Amino acid sequence: MLFGAASTGKRVFTTSSSPGISLMQEAISYMAGAQLPVVIVNIMRGGPGLGGILPAQSDYFQSTKGGGHGDYRLLVLAPSSIQEAVDLMMLSFHLADKYRNPVMMIGDGMIGQMMEPVEFPDKYEEPELPPKTWAATGAKGRPAHIIKSLFLDPIALDKNSWILHEKYERMKKEEIRFELYNHSPKNEIMLIAYGTMARICQTAIDALKQEGISIGLFRPITLFPFPEKQIYKEATKENIRELLVVEMSTAQMFEDVERAVYGKKKVNFFGRTGGIVPPPEEVMEHVKMLLNKKSKDKKKA
Amino acid sequence: MEQDTKTIFSRPEALRDTVTHYCPGCTHGITHRIVAEVLDSLGVREKTLGVAPVGCSVFIYNYIDTDFLEAPHGRAPALATGFKRLRPDMVVFTYQGDGDLASIGMAEIIHAANRGEKITVIFINNAIYGMTGGQMAPTTISGQVTTTCPFGRDIAQTGYPIRMVELLSALGTPMYLERVTVNSPQQIIKTKRAIKKAFQYQLEGRCFSLVEVLSTCPTNWGLIPLEATKWLEDNMIPNYPLGCFKTPDDAESNHGTV
Amino acid sequence: MEQFEVTLAGFGGQGIMTAGQLLAYSGMKAGKKVVWLPSYGPEMRGGTAYCTVVISDQNIGSPVINNPYCICVFNRPSFDKFEPRVKPNGILIVNSSLINVSSQRKDITQLLIPANDIALKAGNVKTANIIILGALIGASKVLDLKIVKEIVKEKMSKKKELLDLNLKVLKQGYDLAIEELSQKEKV
Ligand SMILES: Cc1ncc(C[n+]2csc(CCOP(=O)(O)OP(=O)(O)O)c2C)c(N)n1
Ligand code: SF4
Repeated sequence: MLFGAASTGKRVFTTSSSPGISLMQEAISYMAGAQLPVVIVNIMRGGPGLGGILPAQSDYFQSTKGGGHGDYRLLVLAPSSIQEAVDLMMLSFHLADKYRNPVMMIGDGMIGQMMEPVEFPDKYEEPELPPKTWAATGAKGRPAHIIKSLFLDPIALDKNSWILHEKYERMKKEEIRFELYNHSPKNEIMLIAYGTMARICQTAIDALKQEGISIGLFRPITLFPFPEKQIYKEATKENIRELLVVEMSTAQMFEDVERAVYGKKKVNFFGRTGGIVPPPEEVMEHVKMLLNKKSKDKKKA
Repeated sequence: MEQDTKTIFSRPEALRDTVTHYCPGCTHGITHRIVAEVLDSLGVREKTLGVAPVGCSVFIYNYIDTDFLEAPHGRAPALATGFKRLRPDMVVFTYQGDGDLASIGMAEIIHAANRGEKITVIFINNAIYGMTGGQMAPTTISGQVTTTCPFGRDIAQTGYPIRMVELLSALGTPMYLERVTVNSPQQIIKTKRAIKKAFQYQLEGRCFSLVEVLSTCPTNWGLIPLEATKWLEDNMIPNYPLGCFKTPDDAESNHGTV
Repeated sequence: MEQFEVTLAGFGGQGIMTAGQLLAYSGMKAGKKVVWLPSYGPEMRGGTAYCTVVISDQNIGSPVINNPYCICVFNRPSFDKFEPRVKPNGILIVNSSLINVSSQRKDITQLLIPANDIALKAGNVKTANIIILGALIGASKVLDLKIVKEIVKEKMSKKKELLDLNLKVLKQGYDLAIEELSQKEKV
């Protein structure tokens, strides 16, 4: 339905939760191939299979690495508050049009159900976009528009794949978004988390500060393009000894962080699944474990 | 004394001794019991495979004591097909709600029926999505209020309620199709008869069979159980006529010559 | 202001979510940051339903609060589940109409409010949630009662009689909490 609706050139979106998004993967692949701008929201629940119905972040791979078949990527945004969800929602439509590519916003049950005050801008000023000359509006006085992903000729398919690839490279240059929290040369540990998990980490960081422990947080807002270089830059600062990735999944974004730091720093992981949202206390415990381990290591040395 | 006492009513062997999670007054429980009684009476519990749907009755495997598969939403007939084709000696049934069977699973049910898979389908029509909090189903009747049609189902926007047994009866493949309900003891007896027949046709290797059970969902209809039964009588039965719509004995029904 | 956290817990249908939302809207009206987080989970039918409200001057980090400062329990299962979780020096408000036990903890302030009885006497058992909300404001002083009243007026103005009743019992709950507290101080 979204495919058909998007082909009119109007702005369209749909939303579902994990199993429904799995079902849509076929069409998402087709829409990426046909370069259709659409916005999809996935409020993630625990999987695989029917899994559970409580908050999770276990569709990270599915969202950032494709999900359907073929050489394509989605632009993936992960808000951590309702205000940010509102802001990114506006941005999503813009980015979808800018790149003629599906944009996916992922949240978890917290973001899905939580209420927070939000402010809508009085006026929304959007940078200008190229006209949608590709839309199917009726072939009056122009050659017919065929919105498709089938290229039987290998040369043509190769060309289309590289056109797509070029877009993804451009996204990597222009669209990376992230946020740093409590960064200081005193920090030995850097947390990396997105969405709800990042908020929980912020509370953990505030509480640790009161105990005299300073650590920072790197929060990716775009999950594709992934802020690899930016993570590398922060992680390789001299004061940082180890990283701790915190997710509500069994170490998915963790793999991208490991790739980003290129073995330069040790990357640790802490996560819960099944709808269990780890409270700040558990994150704090993990940070302290890392710090204790290190002071022991120091003593040994 | 003891010799004089005779057990005349007990829990069927195929029904586990446990408390169900169904809401008070929900008729899923009655139909579970009927299925269990039929499995007992045919003596097939130990060679039966059930396929659970997605919906309130996903937990049927906690209540009916046979092997079970848990299917993706709407895909129970496909799983049942795969299983039955490799184990034709076993008895295979699916138990599906109207959201599961008539919405997301429409393709699977039509093709399983048309291929004449030798399986038994128990189809629970309560005119709503129960588990997810009362959204409109394809079977929601005209004017019925649900969370996704708060002003009542508008047939101009969303079409007429789908009558599954009528729809399937248009297929040429011989099959057994009957619509029943469980609003009174009398109807419960009829339902048991129909469900038994549906399993017997499978045991005889004759045909695909589907029994549609008009059911209540007091919770999402927003009615107390007694009112819900009344609502079923006043609104569902007129829209969904009861009766047998097809048996394998009907001559290559309404399909002309092939 | 330090961050204020409260969890309200009870059966589905006891108005837990509504009471929490009214509190959150009131916090918003008072110019604070607020978060309202419901939890229905798979316990939707007959089990416990609860929501958490956080009110703060600063940005709110984690919406998940394991040990809130204040907890209001509306029924026995939620008492069992949440009583141990009240933060030390925090407040536990117990709907004593439906809960016939009380906390033995010495490190918290406990208020027993017979909300269902008061609500029944006032003429509508469904207002029990508003009584507890009133008691919560009275006991914690997290917000000015005036602001809560304004929000109740804004959000529940559909039926005049019901609104008046709600405003009345809100004040009743508030007064009762203050009275109980002052008696405790005397002891
Ligand atoms: C692919 C997919 N889409 C949606 C859902 C969510 N879902 C769970 S149950 C349900 C509806 C079930 O309704 P019905 O079949 O009528 O059964 P009932 O609960 O009324 O017994 C839906 C849509 C899901 N689990 N998977
Ligand atoms: S929600 Fe409806 S179908 Fe589900 S158990 Fe309750 S009454 Fe039955």
